[in-house]
Formats: sequence, structure tokens, C-alpha cells
Amino acid sequence: MSELLEMKHICKRFPGVKALDDVQLTVKAGEVHALLGENGAGKSTLIKVLGGIYTKDEGEIHIDGKQVDIHDVESARANGVSVIHQELMSVPYLSVAENIFLGQEETKSGFVKKVQQNKRAQEILDEYEMDVRAGQLLGELTIAQQQMVEIIRAISFGARIIVMDEPTSSLSTKEVDILFDTVRKLKERKIGIIYISHRMAELDEIADRITIMRDGQYIDTVVTSETPRERLVALMVGRELSSYYTKTDTATEEVILEAEHLSDGKDVLDASFNLRRGEILGFSGLVGAGRSETMKILFGLQKPISGTIRLNGEEVKISDPQEAIRLGIGMVPEDRKDLGLFQESSVRFNMTIDVLKQFIKGISYSRAKEMRLVDEYIKKMSIKVASPEQLVSGLSGGNQQKVLISRWLMCTEKILILDEPTRGVDVKTKAEIYYLINELAANGLSIIMVSSELPELINMSDRVVVMCHGRTTGILDRAELDQEKIMTLATTDIVA
Amino acid sequence: MKGQEMLGNRSSLSRFGGSLKTGLKDKLGILIGLIAMCVLLAIFTDSFATSRNIINVLRQMSVNAFLACGMTMVIILGGIDLSVGSVIAVSGCLCAGLITNNGLPSGLAILLAMGAGTLVGVFNGLVISRTTIPPFIVTLATMNIGRGFARVYTANKTIMVSDDLFGFIGTGYYGAIPAPVIYMIIAIAVVGCILAFTRFGRHIYAVGGNKQAAIYSGINAKNVTFTVYILAGLLASFAGIISASRTFSGQFNVGDGAEMDAIAAVILGGTSMTGGVGTLSGTVIGCFIIAVLNNGMNLLGIDSSWQYIVQGIVILIAVMIDFLKKRNQKF
Repeated sequence: MSELLEMKHICKRFPGVKALDDVQLTVKAGEVHALLGENGAGKSTLIKVLGGIYTKDEGEIHIDGKQVDIHDVESARANGVSVIHQELMSVPYLSVAENIFLGQEETKSGFVKKVQQNKRAQEILDEYEMDVRAGQLLGELTIAQQQMVEIIRAISFGARIIVMDEPTSSLSTKEVDILFDTVRKLKERKIGIIYISHRMAELDEIADRITIMRDGQYIDTVVTSETPRERLVALMVGRELSSYYTKTDTATEEVILEAEHLSDGKDVLDASFNLRRGEILGFSGLVGAGRSETMKILFGLQKPISGTIRLNGEEVKISDPQEAIRLGIGMVPEDRKDLGLFQESSVRFNMTIDVLKQFIKGISYSRAKEMRLVDEYIKKMSIKVASPEQLVSGLSGGNQQKVLISRWLMCTEKILILDEPTRGVDVKTKAEIYYLINELAANGLSIIMVSSELPELINMSDRVVVMCHGRTTGILDRAELDQEKIMTLATTDIVA
Repeated sequence: MKGQEMLGNRSSLSRFGGSLKTGLKDKLGILIGLIAMCVLLAIFTDSFATSRNIINVLRQMSVNAFLACGMTMVIILGGIDLSVGSVIAVSGCLCAGLITNNGLPSGLAILLAMGAGTLVGVFNGLVISRTTIPPFIVTLATMNIGRGFARVYTANKTIMVSDDLFGFIGTGYYGAIPAPVIYMIIAIAVVGCILAFTRFGRHIYAVGGNKQAAIYSGINAKNVTFTVYILAGLLASFAGIISASRTFSGQFNVGDGAEMDAIAAVILGGTSMTGGVGTLSGTVIGCFIIAVLNNGMNLLGIDSSWQYIVQGIVILIAVMIDFLKKRNQKF
């Protein structure tokens, strides 16, 4: 394999920060090359330099051995570089074909040759064995399919280097398999792929080589098959992580919550489980299994049409989140950005929004009290902020998550629901969050942890509830937890 | 690990420093603009810097300040209220009619008229909080209905009023200070307190910043939305009484386009049209700018048609400066 892409001595400075310091990256044709590093390591900046969104201060980029000048998105594309962003950039109200040819429409005296365009798009879709019609609206497709359309779009632009920025972060296991099939097809066509992901298991499966970055610097490039995972983590964080998962025996026998035959008539059909005091109860299932929707019922965001919820043996109706909070239930939602944070507000505002009563009574507001509370949690959670007045949008994903968890720790008395608590969070913060979860459970809080990461569920849970198509299909004890058992339950359809 | 920590701290520190500085700068910018205008007018006209004129400016801005107080809450909530200009006419005409045509005591007439004006806010709030119909459309409709109601009720004629209490609200004095100025100060103080110091105020920012997140935080977004539109209606209907009282009459076309002046003041004050960000102090400065601008142009003898153009240009300049500042922040 020849060198398709060579980035050498890349430097990029932002006011006050050296974001990239003499970074290198080489990708061979037909290679999947993973970029690994904590948040803030410089992966995104490097990709943005390659994609023409940022201009580099120093360094050279060679493609096929020839030095190229990439200074904007146009020139990156002209040199065969295409970036599939985390947030999809496509237009939901246009058809698949229109999205594929967006910006390069075939026209005849100003009119788009729609029939021809659809035909060509369908050919490419068939070639990649996608179960999608070219005339369908893009918005009708699943996220995974939309992603695939973007990849096809990149290829149709003549891309030879495709960058995928956390492509699997919102995909189910099955969809990830489909994506990987596509990636393998791209490899056969000698396309070079740069792959960014936080999920180590994926890298074993798909990446040929891995380049590790830390603090804006190049650390090492290793061959995936020859490098054990512990070594990767050590390279990434700069030291050996002695204990990644922290789990002690914290569960008591006291049942605090019982849910029986919950149903919302749509996404949740029959969910039954119980939760003990001090227990960490994992929730597993594929995307669309109804896990988050079950949590919505528990938190009063969705009214159940049938089923009962008992708290400490007493039946309760949780009509809205206010009621849930009053009953001692808190929930850190799955989608930090859309459902959790007030991006344009300060860390302080974000933290205390649920406990305003503690320092505002009528019109008497004690700022000192609020600051004490905020400072306490910033310290307790070791959140890296310059000041409590800093906008939360300026924090890293890990620190944002800590702010959100703080908000709920301030007001949750009995049950804390964590929906995908470590999504988009760097390795070090993950370890911290695991430690925290365990400690909370040890202090008597009951935890429900919904997660799509099986290793996390297996290592952190006392028991795991598995859901499939809106039904709880099984509850596994800690002793019998393994990936295979969970996946079997998550894919069996039990007809009631 | 040390390196990573330092890097993280440094970058967030500079970001924070930036936001603090621009936060101050944002207000400083329009404050300097306002002061510069005042200084220039004081130099170039004889009458601007007289106490009589300054009191006059305050009185002239009082109606707009009432609307802008409500509008600030509405816009921070992520909404818009186009109906407030019509509410001025509804409450003003109704009050005048109840006194002159029905012979009601003025106190009762004022209360009833304000109730009617507030009802517009109640309706706006109900529809906007219970449906997904955009506030722009809902309040556009009530704006037209309100204006139409005022025309029908008055039969397109001015209703004259002679009543002492009614007249006092718009033209009376507490000592040397006109009554409407006092009411304006009270409204600003109350709304300012709500936004800065109460739970309800925080909830307005939360719902405007991210409605879903607010709901997920156990905030009753529907009630917050409902209440804010009611308050906007209430403030506008009192502005209607003031405005009717100043002319001793109910006029169906009063307050036409007043909502736009209120929106302009809010925007000049740095409140974000996307919601979640803004201050009442900024809005008050915005009201001053508009009032001083109009007053100054009157004093300079500039034709009123030109005043529209100048006001438009001032708004454009203010938002352009804001835009450029934000763009520079992002490298």
C-alpha cells in the first residue's frame, strides 16, 4: 500500500492555545486509520485543517506524494478530501438523490435533470446495497441511512480520503454493522478512511492503524492488531489507568421502586422491573427498544396508558417532572445538548436551575448561598471551569456532563436516572463518572443507568434489565452478565 | 496530565475573559452611544439639556418603556408579541368609551379596560403555550383583531374624555415628576426584579434558552409561557391608559406600530432574538436611545419622515456592531 495522505509538522495556534504542535498523520490507500485521543487532544482541529475549515499555521499536506494547498472547504474537496461531520449536514426536506448531488446538479439550460439524477443515484445506492429509494425524502431515513447517504455523496464528489467523525455515536449495534460493511467496501476501492471514535471495541474491529494524540501533540502510530487496549489507553492519557471501572457491593435488599407492565401504547409496551436502594440497575437494548421512553414514564414526561409504579411500596402517579422531583427522582437525559444544557447560560445558571428554592424565596435572593452551592459542586465533581460565570457552551463534553450531573445531584434524593451518562465523554472523565456513580450508590442513592455500551453496563451494574421492542425481555444478575446473553435478550421478540 | 490541565484551564480562562469583557463592552457600547448623542444634542441645541426637556423625554418614552418591559420578557422567552400596539388602542378606547358613553366611574373603567387588554395577553399565552403555532402568527392575528375591535368600538371616531382621575394618569405630576414617569420607574423596577432575582425570572431564561431542557428540569414551561404573555398584555394595557389619558381621548389608531419601537428597544439593549439571553437594563438603555433620538431630531427640526430612516439606520448599526463583535470572538 502506498501513502495516500501525508500530513507533516502541522501546527495551529489559537489565541492563547497551541491546538496542534508538530502533528503528523499518514494514511495509505485502502486503509482505515483511527485517530484516538481525549477531548481536547486536537483530533477535531487536525481534521478541520485537513477539511479546509481551519488554515494551518505551519506544516505540509501531501496527497499521492504531491504537496497540495488546502485553504478552504472547496480546495479540500478538489483534492479529494471529504469530511462526514458528527452533526449531519444534509437537507431533510430534499430527496436522497437531490442530497447526493447537492451542489453538483446536472442541469440542462438551468433545469435539473431530475430523472437522470434519480437513476444515477439509485445505481450508486444499489451498488452499496442500501435499502433506500433515490426519490425518498432524506428526513424519512434513519440516522444510519442518512449517514450512508453522506458517504455516498462524498464518493460521488470523487473523494479519495473520507473522514468520519464519531460516526457511530448515535447508531444501534445493527446499524454499526451496516456502516462497517460500507467502510469495508470503501477500503476495497482504495479509499483512505480517517476514523474518529471514543469506542475502543470498534477500533479493534475496523481500524488498521491508530494514531494517538494528546494535548495537541502527536504521540504514536500503532498497528491495531499488535496493540493491546491497555496500551492504547495508557498512550492516550499519558499514564496507566489503574482502575477504569469502580464497582463495589452497594446494593441493599430494600426494594425502593417497582414498575409493573408499564406501557405508553407506542414505544413502551410492557416494562416490568424493580430497583433496590443503593443498586446500580443497568438498562440495555438496541436503539428503539424503548429504554429512554421507559425512563420518560418514570420521570413524568410521558403518561403511561397502563401499568403501575410503586415507590417504597406505595403506588404513585408521576404526572410531570415536578412531581418526579418531589418524589426524589432525578434524570440526566441522554441528549446533553438538546435536552440538558442551557448553552448560552453560565455554569452557575445550569447547575442551580432545579434548586432555586434553596436560595430564592419570593424576591429575596441570596447570591452568596447560590455561589457556595456552586463552588461546592465544582470542587466535589472536579469540574474544570475558569469561573462559575463561564458559559457552559465553552466547556468540554466531559465537563458539560459533570455540570449536568451536578444539577441533578443537588436535588435528587432517592433515584437518579442516568441516560447514556458517558456518551461523548473522554476516557478520563468516564473513569471519574464511574467512580462517582459507585460512590453515590454506596451512599444509598439508587441508580438507573441506560447505556448502549455493553462493557460499561457489564462492569458497573448490579443487575441489567434488557429491553426489546418496548418489552423487558429479561433481567440478568451481575454473576451472569456477559455480552452474548444481553445481546440475545435484546434481539429476541417475545410475543405476549 | 499536568499539561492537559493547564491547557484546558488556559483556553477556558481566555474564553471567560473574553465573554466577561464583551459582556461589559456590549452595554458600554450602547451606553457610550447614548451619552454621545446626549452630549452632541446638548452642544447643538439650546433646549435639549434643560430639565423641562429631559422630563419631556422621560414622559415620551414611558409608553414605549411599558411595552419594552413586557417585550423583553417575551423575547428572552424566545417569543415575540406583535399585539401590544393594538392592546394600547383596545384598553385606551374601551376606557374612554366606558367613561364617556356609559358613565362608569373612571376607576372602574380603567380596571375593566385593563382587564380587556390583558385578556388579549391571556389569549396569546393560552394558544402559544398549548400549541406549536409560532408566536409571530398568533400575535399577528390578535394584533389585527385588537385593532379591528378598537375601530368597531369607536366607530372610527375619537372618544373624548373629561375626567380628573383619568387625566391624572397621563398628565398629572407627583411633585415635579410626571405621573407616567413614576409608573414607568415602578414597572421597570418590578420587571427588572422579576428577571434578575426571582425563580420565575430564571425560568423565563431557561425556557427561552432551551425549552426541552427546561421541561426536563421540571420547569412548567407552559405556565411560564402563559404568564409572560399575560404580563406583556397587562403592561401594554396600562400603557394604553397612559396614552389615552395624555390626549384625554380614546383613539382607534393610537399605538399603531408601537410594538416595533418596543422590539427595537429590546434589540438595541442586546437581548437575543433567539431567546435565553438578555437584560432589562439593556432594554432601558434602548428605550432611552429611541426617545433621545426622536426628541433630538424634533429639536433639530428634522422632518418626521426622516426620523423613521434614521431610527432604522441606528438599529442596523447597533446589530451590525454586535454581529462583528461576535464574529471576531470566533477566531
